[in-house]
Amino acid sequence: MGDGIVNGAAAGFSPFLLGWIVLLPLIGFLVNGAVAIAARRYKPVPLAAASEEEDVAHRHEEHPATPEPIPATPPAWTKSLPTFVAPGVIALAFAIALVNFFRMLGAGDALPVIERYWSWMPVGDLQVDVAFQLDQLSMLMTLIITGVGALIHVFSVGYMKKDEGYARYFAYLNLFVFFMLILVLGSSFPLMFVGWEGVGLCSYLLIGFWFREKANADAGKKAFIVNRIGDFGFLIAMFLIFAHLGTLNFVEVFAAAPEQLAFGGAVVTAICLFLFLGATGKSAQIPLFVWLPDAMAGPTPVSALIHAATMVTAGVYLIVRSSVLFAMAPSASLVVGLIGALTAIFAATIALKQWDIKKVLAYSTVSQLGFMFAAVGIGAYVAGVFHLMTHAFFKALLFLGAGAVIHAMHSALHATHSPRDAQDMRNMGGMRRWMPWTFGTMGVATLAIAGIPPFSGFFSKDEILGYAWSGARGELPISQGSLFGVGGEVWMLLIGVLLAAAALLTAFYMGRMMLYTFFGPNRTGEAESPHLHEVGASMKWPLVVLGVLSLIGGLFQVEADVPIVNWFAAVAIGGPDALYNFLAPVTAPAAAVMAQNIPAATVATHPAWPVLLAIVIGAGGLLLAWYLLKPAALGVEGEEPDYRRAWERILHDKWYVDEAYDRGVVRPVVALSGFFARVLDRRLIDGTVDWMGRAAQSVGMVGARVQSGHVNTYAFVLVVGAVLALFWFSGGFAWLAAS
Amino acid sequence: MELDFQTSVDYFWALLPEIVLSLWAMGVLLADVFQKGSRSEASRPAIAWLALAGIAAAAVANVWLMTVTGTGGMIAVDGFRIFANFILLLAAALAILVSMGYLDRHAMNRGEFYVLLMFAVVGMMILASAQDLILLFVGLELMSVAIYVLVGFNRRDPRSGEAALKYFLLGAFASAFLLYGIALVFGATGTTDLALLAETIGTGVQDAPLLLMMGVGLLAVGFAFKVAAMPFHVWTPDAYDGAPTPITALMATGVKAAAFAALLRVFAVSFGGLHETWVVAFWWLAALTMIGANLVALTQGSVKRMLAYSSIAHAGYVLVAVVAANAVGAAAFLFYLLVYTLMTAGAFGIVIANARGDRERVSLEDYAGLGWQQPVMAAAFAIFLLSLAGFPLTGGFIGKLYILRAALAADQVPLAVILVMASLISYFYYLRVVIVMYMRPAPAADTHAGLTASRPLQVAVGVAAIGVILLFFAPAMVLDAAQGSVAGLFIAQEALFGLSRGP
Repeated sequence: MGDGIVNGAAAGFSPFLLGWIVLLPLIGFLVNGAVAIAARRYKPVPLAAASEEEDVAHRHEEHPATPEPIPATPPAWTKSLPTFVAPGVIALAFAIALVNFFRMLGAGDALPVIERYWSWMPVGDLQVDVAFQLDQLSMLMTLIITGVGALIHVFSVGYMKKDEGYARYFAYLNLFVFFMLILVLGSSFPLMFVGWEGVGLCSYLLIGFWFREKANADAGKKAFIVNRIGDFGFLIAMFLIFAHLGTLNFVEVFAAAPEQLAFGGAVVTAICLFLFLGATGKSAQIPLFVWLPDAMAGPTPVSALIHAATMVTAGVYLIVRSSVLFAMAPSASLVVGLIGALTAIFAATIALKQWDIKKVLAYSTVSQLGFMFAAVGIGAYVAGVFHLMTHAFFKALLFLGAGAVIHAMHSALHATHSPRDAQDMRNMGGMRRWMPWTFGTMGVATLAIAGIPPFSGFFSKDEILGYAWSGARGELPISQGSLFGVGGEVWMLLIGVLLAAAALLTAFYMGRMMLYTFFGPNRTGEAESPHLHEVGASMKWPLVVLGVLSLIGGLFQVEADVPIVNWFAAVAIGGPDALYNFLAPVTAPAAAVMAQNIPAATVATHPAWPVLLAIVIGAGGLLLAWYLLKPAALGVEGEEPDYRRAWERILHDKWYVDEAYDRGVVRPVVALSGFFARVLDRRLIDGTVDWMGRAAQSVGMVGARVQSGHVNTYAFVLVVGAVLALFWFSGGFAWLAAS
Repeated sequence: MELDFQTSVDYFWALLPEIVLSLWAMGVLLADVFQKGSRSEASRPAIAWLALAGIAAAAVANVWLMTVTGTGGMIAVDGFRIFANFILLLAAALAILVSMGYLDRHAMNRGEFYVLLMFAVVGMMILASAQDLILLFVGLELMSVAIYVLVGFNRRDPRSGEAALKYFLLGAFASAFLLYGIALVFGATGTTDLALLAETIGTGVQDAPLLLMMGVGLLAVGFAFKVAAMPFHVWTPDAYDGAPTPITALMATGVKAAAFAALLRVFAVSFGGLHETWVVAFWWLAALTMIGANLVALTQGSVKRMLAYSSIAHAGYVLVAVVAANAVGAAAFLFYLLVYTLMTAGAFGIVIANARGDRERVSLEDYAGLGWQQPVMAAAFAIFLLSLAGFPLTGGFIGKLYILRAALAADQVPLAVILVMASLISYFYYLRVVIVMYMRPAPAADTHAGLTASRPLQVAVGVAAIGVILLFFAPAMVLDAAQGSVAGLFIAQEALFGLSRGP
């Protein structure tokens, strides 16, 4: 695979084993898949096994009274091989990606490089190649996917140690990384779509990993179905692009679009809106976010990798990748920004009142994705990618930390066979005494997500807010756009206010989560609490590495001209504005399009007050949580009554969105389908089809009847056919018609 | 190497793959006899491997042939021949691999089996590359006689003998049509050389137009018999059903592909000037075959017989590419023949594997629950069936896509619609098997235990399954090769008939 044609060699940068970055996870998948199949024979799978705990690694000992015979234990290699292969291939891919990254740094910015492997679908004008596009954006995404991915694989070794589906788990996880890399490295929309669908499949498989519990399988299905709606948008957008531009390759599309499509016209706006519909599905934005919280049914490292750090950010990647198109459609961009900001605040309110630690983080992810969409919607593409990166660090860390807590909680509850929920924060409290490493690293991540300087989230979130305020003053090109007849700067002011409020809530619910989990007295129970313990080395070190990244990740992009922020310019990694400069070749075409079509956007000014406001918001949220909430007075699950006040119940019950979907969409559709099934389908369509089927079969019977087995019948048929053929060739039919 | 066929040595070079294979076949025959002497016992496994090596040697000679160019002889030396040869050799190799365990189980492991098979392949290769109608007939008969014997090879099974007799009688009938057609064409034009025929007919001056048209018509009937297009297919179900299953696989793939290659060469090249007339005849053949074969396939309870009708239906799809009669169509034609060979040989391989002892389990009920008890076998069968139906993620999808595109490029919209509708019908009987395999429980927990899939058969099925999948993900390599190999066929004709109407 490594011998593709390198078209970009002239740029002074030649990719190093690019194909292997993608191939390695695939090899890992094949090896682990083979091990999983081989391991299966040692354990006949009882399909009707009793229900298992939701998020636990060792479910087998769970039911010692199960009458089924104890099956043979699989040999040790079925665990030791995946242990080395699965994280190994990802780490190797990361190493190759790093080599490429440093080569790229040394080569300047004359890119992208397209490495073409083979032609996939040459059908007339549609030429789809299997080709990878390596530029700064895909490079950064590849580093995040393989880097954070490798850490999460290592963490999983400890987390899934006792699971009987160990090899299967790693097979899926490797396959996910493979598809995710296809998604970001593919050089055309169709190839990206292959990755897009592939990660959806892996997500489905991993959400329903413990499929014997019906709720988990249902959560998988929900994710899959909701994503189909988004995929429909993606497909329509592709059709539109091909219909109007005649190509689907990124380089060609983005070169042709500014020349062949009208700026702000209906076509490009429609393309962008359909692309965004695709993004709302994959990245869990309003109105398609409902699948992500349910997706927490999967193992926790899966939530960290797929549903926080990588897959759900694919929508953001899609928009930045298509930034030329979005720059040409300011109204569509404003829609993106507005939906992002609304999602950010909406999800943040729900996170305020959840008891399940993973649910808090799930809604927090939805909310933070909203921040990223708000950023790319107002044209701050680098800020969006920057937040994507820092979020990958701190949110992966938060999920892994939560996983560590759940792991400890579970073994404590398991020791006494307590039926209580290992994920409910009301059963935790004071965990910092047993889990200092987990507490410390999660504390760093909390400060990061709350936006406290100098932690990473401060820089990225402040940059987004700064752009929003800047846009509200009319300083961004998209400020000149309008939506529903209202000017862009008004919308941007709204976006800024919503985001600021969401940031306050973020700090508050994160403070609440930390307080209820790690502070106050322990509520796990007298008998259980001695069993609480810190995690082992394979789980601890990924937390530490992510903790360091959450701390320093912001220093990759320190804005030199923003007051207060630029105090950190001296310690900025790669100099001030490093990420901005690095990504400049990717975002430059979009900037050029806007500069060409939008008359003189004013030069951005950088007052100090937004930065101060951001710090006050972050610190204020945490302090509010500290003073308002009293973990000491909290009862355990069951004893503690659920929220009584109406607004608390609404938030706790997630604004009843699921119920609304159920009433407004699911039930009418089911009722309608029932009607169609009973009346239209059974009677009319089935009747017709059955009739046609029977008719077809009777015709077939006649044909089969000819097949009597008698040679003379056959010879007769042959002669009749031959006579007819000769009649035609001799012009007999023409003669008949003429006479 | 450049051949001008002025000396007979040139024929030696041009026929190298055929010569290698013929000599090798005789060597295999001698080896078998020397090894056994006068004893009557089963042949050694080495004989089969020796035969496979012969196929490989012929393939090597065929690779060498790619460096050779030549015009003016009775044998074509062009890309089309080489591509067709590879398909035929692939079909032969798959047939030999699936035969190995089968012959032992049916107590008919005789060295002649492989020898006859190799001679049949020599006939196919000559048929596909003949540049003269007489040589074409020689190739056809060489192939047919060997296949007649192979169909009746299971002497203990009366159905095998019956199938051979029927096939022989009707085949003789069809050969007569073909030969008479050749005679009439020669009478009308004074030549049997395909290139000369093209020139003679292209001038538009014929002494005896009726004689020529009758000759063309009889040739069309003869070919339609060999490719089993409706209504000239009547021999097919009985012959396919009665023949030893590996031979059924060879007939459905190799014989059909060779006859198709000859048909395309004769009609698209030599009779290109009569394009207007024969296209209509083939249009009806294609339409009738697609609709008829798929409808009858619906009623079949035996999977083997269903696959027989399926192969008839696929002849209809390939005929659509012939009707398109442009360079796109010819490339689609070769691509489809390759995919078709892989998926059909693979499907028959599974039918062979789903047997216990000498009892083949071909009824639909015999596949119930196979998906859970023999997951690998069932998965491979599902791949072949889905590919035959033309589902994405399989080569069958791409093959149909290209045929459809060729048909649309030639403005054959109604035929394209019929193709799609016929495929829709076919979903029923293909998917029915998949449903039975996965959704209907097996009668007992060990119903499918200990099925007899020999290692060579596993290799053949594995190769076919991987090939079918690969042709979806990387069809362009094969398609480029197919396009390159038909280019020579059409360049000469384009000026005369303007056949390359495709984009």
